[in-house]
Amino acid sequence: MKHYALSAVLGLAAATSALAQEEAQLVINGDLEITTRAPAPDHLDRLSEITSGWVYRSRETQELQADDFDNPGMIFVDDARAAWATAEGAAEQSCQSCHGDPEEMAGVRPVYPKWNEDAGEVRTLAMQVNDCRETRMEAEPWGYTSGDMVNMEALMASVSRGMPINVAIDGPVAETLAKGEELYYTRFGQLELSCANCHEDNYDNNIRSDHLSQGQINGFPVYRLKNARLNATHSRFRGCVRDTRAETFSAGSPEFVALELYVASRGNGLSVEGPSVRN
Amino acid sequence: MAENVTPRVRVPSEASAGEEITIKTLISHTMESGQRRDGDGELIPRSIINRFVVNFNGENVIDVELAPAISTNPFFEFQATVPESGTFEFTWYDDDGSVYEDAKEVTVS
Repeated sequence: MKHYALSAVLGLAAATSALAQEEAQLVINGDLEITTRAPAPDHLDRLSEITSGWVYRSRETQELQADDFDNPGMIFVDDARAAWATAEGAAEQSCQSCHGDPEEMAGVRPVYPKWNEDAGEVRTLAMQVNDCRETRMEAEPWGYTSGDMVNMEALMASVSRGMPINVAIDGPVAETLAKGEELYYTRFGQLELSCANCHEDNYDNNIRSDHLSQGQINGFPVYRLKNARLNATHSRFRGCVRDTRAETFSAGSPEFVALELYVASRGNGLSVEGPSVRN
Repeated sequence: MAENVTPRVRVPSEASAGEEITIKTLISHTMESGQRRDGDGELIPRSIINRFVVNFNGENVIDVELAPAISTNPFFEFQATVPESGTFEFTWYDDDGSVYEDAKEVTVS
């Protein structure tokens, strides 16, 4: 009888531990260790541990990210490498002309979005890329979540992989950060859901068949198996807000820029993973 | 005409005689099925890789016929036994007549 009782308890423990691969470690290409669990940053007192979305995916999906040949997102990184070295616009400049090899940009992705003193605004990586295109290359800006843009973001992420997200939360960004935090806790849509309702109160639970993560954005851009392409942070935000049955903000809007800053800051300490693989 | 088609292969550069090695191949390709319609309601013509062949020193290893339901950027992983040093030759055939090729040498010690 005792034996049966013990089995039942063990069975229950197994059923409630929904985290896939509880102890799994992400090592890319056999040598690049990725931090997928970290202590929550000091300004985030509602969580004790922050976890990458990678932790919540099935083993098959997790393994796709462990090798660049298997990671379908790397195809788009290769496309961006070609774009990086291609001169465009009236100034006949390429990214390469000013910045050198893409590897020179290591350390950029972890600190974005960040304050731009000259412009007096918080800038996302996409905004900065378009500023370069317009001001320095005198070329047409890319659409905020266009293929070209998200590929370039993936290239920037890939050369910073393994580096900890380290978004500044003090100084001039305070106002934008506060706006982002307010948005995070505001309920939207007919379903009256805030970001926090799913990603803070219910991460690791299932919402129908979806295994909820903490909604961290350290893995962006994300290659999603459902649409077989890279997805930008703001596209994900739009999808989430839409799922609450609300009118969404648009990609690149001040609201989403603020939200990106705040959500990024919640992941301070996790590794840059992009392009990551999710379902 | 498919754009940005780039073949990629991974083959170990060294193997022992008779060893079973794992080969991975990937080709970036839209694999347009021919079933979809554009914004004006017109059918988008089919444009896929329809055949993939791997030879080793002239001997056929695999010969695959691909169909329209195969997803974008087809990835193949398979095992092959290498009896001697030689070259794997990879060939992809596109609906538009294009042929994409790659080759990798294996040294058997």
